[in-house]
Amino acid sequence: MTIDAAREVRVNDFAIKLANVNGTGSASANGLLMQAIFRMGIPVSGKNLFPSNIQGLPTWYEIRVNGDGHTARSLEYDLMVAMNAQTYGEDIGSVRSGGYVLYDDSWPLDAALLRPDVTLLGVPFAKMCLENFAKPRERILMKNIAYAGTIVALLGIDADLVAGLLAETFARNEALRESNQKALRLGYDYAVEHFDCPLPFRVAPMDKTSDHILIDGNTAAALGALYAGATVAGWYPITPATAVMDNFTKLCATYRRRTVEGEDGSISVENDYCIIQAEDEIAAIGIVLGGGWAGARSFTSTSGPGVSLMNELLGLAYYTEIPVVLFNVQRTGPSTGMPTRTQQADILLCAYASHGDTKHILLFPADPKETFEFAVESFDLAEHFQTPVFMLMDLDIGMNDWVVPRLRWDDTRTFDRGPVLTDEDLAGMKEFFRYANANADHVAARTLPGSDSKGAYFIRGSGHDAFGRYTERPDEYQEVVDRLKAKHAAAAAYVPAPVIQRRDGARVGLVTLGSCDLAVREATDLLAERGVAADYLRVRGFPFAPEIREFIESHDHCFVIEQNRDGQLRSLLALEAGVPLTSMTSALFYGGFPLSAGQVVDAVLENLEA
Amino acid sequence: MPSITKPLIPLAPLPTNDLGLTIRDYEGAMSTLCAGCGHDSITAAIVQAFWELSMPPRDIAKLSGIGCSSKTPTYFIRGAHGFNSAHGRMAAIATGAAAANRELTLLGVSGDGDSLSIGIGHLAHAIRRNVKMVYVIENNGVYGLTKGQLSASADIGTRPKKGEANVIAPIDPIMLGLSMGATFLARSFSGDKEQLVPILKAAVAHNGFALIDVISPCVTFNDHEGSTKSYRFVREHEVKEVVTDYVPVREEITATVGGRGSRTVTMHDGSVLTFRATPEGYDPTNRLSVEAYIRDHQRHGEVVTGLLYLDESGSSMHEVNHTPTHALAKIPVDQLCPGSAVLDDLMSDFR
Ligand SMILES: Cc1ncc(C[n+]2csc(CCOP(=O)(O)OP(=O)(O)O)c2C)c(N)n1
Ligand code: SF4
Ligand SMILES: [Mg+2]
Repeated sequence: MTIDAAREVRVNDFAIKLANVNGTGSASANGLLMQAIFRMGIPVSGKNLFPSNIQGLPTWYEIRVNGDGHTARSLEYDLMVAMNAQTYGEDIGSVRSGGYVLYDDSWPLDAALLRPDVTLLGVPFAKMCLENFAKPRERILMKNIAYAGTIVALLGIDADLVAGLLAETFARNEALRESNQKALRLGYDYAVEHFDCPLPFRVAPMDKTSDHILIDGNTAAALGALYAGATVAGWYPITPATAVMDNFTKLCATYRRRTVEGEDGSISVENDYCIIQAEDEIAAIGIVLGGGWAGARSFTSTSGPGVSLMNELLGLAYYTEIPVVLFNVQRTGPSTGMPTRTQQADILLCAYASHGDTKHILLFPADPKETFEFAVESFDLAEHFQTPVFMLMDLDIGMNDWVVPRLRWDDTRTFDRGPVLTDEDLAGMKEFFRYANANADHVAARTLPGSDSKGAYFIRGSGHDAFGRYTERPDEYQEVVDRLKAKHAAAAAYVPAPVIQRRDGARVGLVTLGSCDLAVREATDLLAERGVAADYLRVRGFPFAPEIREFIESHDHCFVIEQNRDGQLRSLLALEAGVPLTSMTSALFYGGFPLSAGQVVDAVLENLEA
Repeated sequence: MPSITKPLIPLAPLPTNDLGLTIRDYEGAMSTLCAGCGHDSITAAIVQAFWELSMPPRDIAKLSGIGCSSKTPTYFIRGAHGFNSAHGRMAAIATGAAAANRELTLLGVSGDGDSLSIGIGHLAHAIRRNVKMVYVIENNGVYGLTKGQLSASADIGTRPKKGEANVIAPIDPIMLGLSMGATFLARSFSGDKEQLVPILKAAVAHNGFALIDVISPCVTFNDHEGSTKSYRFVREHEVKEVVTDYVPVREEITATVGGRGSRTVTMHDGSVLTFRATPEGYDPTNRLSVEAYIRDHQRHGEVVTGLLYLDESGSSMHEVNHTPTHALAKIPVDQLCPGSAVLDDLMSDFR
């Protein structure tokens, strides 16, 4: 784009990037801007690109505004808010030609950093705060709100709305409310006085978010567990999954806590939940197995390192057929990897977690809304099939705020608890055997501990026959593991169906999963502009639905777009969907940041041209 | 190793307990352990204790890890649900089962390898949480099932069947328990049913984690000269000064025999424990005196058995968590789901 074109008025279609130092309170200012744009009815996204550190390292926040709803990450920054002198060089260098840089000109900028094709907007934020605020901590914090004020003016964001949001946030703290409002004004007034506000790219109110919410996936996952009726949770802290349990704990304290009156009139509380912070992830999954065996909806939340530790017991749950729900908020591996960066690199680990022949049910939500819905679904699937179910989220879904349609609940929805025998059922039976008389989905009815002695059995991870008895005989052993394979295959009809979007005459197919959704869908639009019609398919569950194979087979060129180095979805499709590996081309993005449409377009075009 | 069903032919009419059940009703499949294995004697004591307690088998959940010892739950109380889990992980799994259904009486059976090496972390944390359960370590100083390697409980100088004598200091589960804040600690000997049965019954009544370390000789790999976990060694070095009587809540207390430092403790459920003839200076509710007493005897190569430490004042995991007295697993899921009105309302928090 030439400078002139870049300076044409563009409404509700731009990206800004904010460079900060972590631990200085910038997150709330950045979130405030995003929330304000959302409240103006405009589709928007915010991506927090933060370090694995508590204070002092560079951190970035990106806001993409797009009236058409293309809110995947964009790498074309119109405005850089450069608030971290450590990264000035990199930050100023990354603005698009014709873009703007907002910086703190309390100190002069090194001339070497200047760019002729970029407009610099200097505001003396530090000085401003020094003069207007007394306490050192306040001076640091209010600098963030001051730059937010400047951005409000530069982008044409509704200033009253922002003031209102601040008032809501600090409703109970007048002093903080006052200083925030003051800082906002300082930044805003300075901009109006010194610059041509608003800039050529700007916002204008729309009506596209009134039925939407702003929510992160970890909160949505916790809500899903709450609504699914989960009562037992075992967990061990790990970024980026910790907030799943933090949120579940908070929700339970509100919706699962009852006050009860004792016989003596005393009042106490009762909690219809038991959340246990375990000594490690092995214990966390052990607690979930124990809870699931005993009949409670039980789950854990973790990330890659935790899943690695849980492997042995996941195999035990698979083989003994105990319902387990595991939220894996994936981060960048291997090993500790980059804990605050996103990736989709645990697909194969989770599909086959544990030694021996094991196969698990995986769900791949794309955003917090699907996370909520699939989370509820995962508990039904785990009990229907008596097996572990993995919710494969990622850091982008889990920790970033997303604009998604409001979450809804249908009060007529029933829960699938799977086949469980009651005492009455047992009374009508001559004998009970744990793995006998499987249903059409190859699932045998279970009994729960505490049920009539007729239903008592000894569950074991060692070789067992169809009656649940210890065996070392080849035929008896195989009968059980063959049924488990058939059971897994039967789940294909129950996991969420793939999402398919077609275009006339498309011979190219883009296959993807999870949080790549928005970027890949936007890429199909951009490719169409470039003369390449591409169909879109998003895998949402494993085992794979038959449509996936049909889709791949019916396209001349199929790209599998995913965020890992080794093309794990592509490999799994080749292994399990019956399509040759060579019929799919990988497009892989695994640096740790959320995907952007431009990256997808480049990869597809480059390959098609080659 | 097939599971063998025991023939159920009573020779004479067997006595029944309060539920009208005979001791046979508390048995399980035929043991496939080596003849003379200490673990089988512990099985017999468990059968006896639960029969005497008149506990309905369905109310019991038996869990174990992996090892010869961990196989035993299949040999007792066939009417109870059982979970033969993974090596070292039983305490964690039992914690989850306790969380889901606190109405169950949980009985965990483990080995010294299972509990003191691979699973020591889970054991320590189950103690810390004070999960209400009975946890039996069938302690033979070796890994029986993997053919006799020394375990972490082997004493210095213990000679395995093959290889060099042990030079690394052992882990004593009682000392571990004392330092972790355990609320019930007992040691017994598999050959001493008379002592073990009341300890098991007291453990069931205990409001929290009850750890019982039972020395249980492995006749195949660790019953020779030079082993401190052999029948002979324990018989010659056992110190049984801490004697306990257990009186269930229903019965009149008649067994109290005075003596040196006799002492009565009322359990959570109203049953009563009487420590009789405890040695001078020994107080089973005082951690320091218990530790000093055990250490003192250990120095002389002696093994102190009995219910060694008890604290009935601690809160169990569920009390700390304020869970209702009924099982969480029994609450219908639709009752737990807050419904659409709450969700609609909640959505305003995300605007
Ligand atoms: C993860 C894992 N590692 C190793 C083993 C092999 N293994 C089976 S039993 C056992 C030791 C059992 O020793 P202990 O708990 O003392 O039981 P015992 O047989 O002596 O009663 C080992 C190491 C296993 N089953 N699982
Ligand atoms: S090997 Fe030892 S512990 Fe195992 S059954 Fe035989 S005697 Fe018992
Ligand atoms: Mg052993």
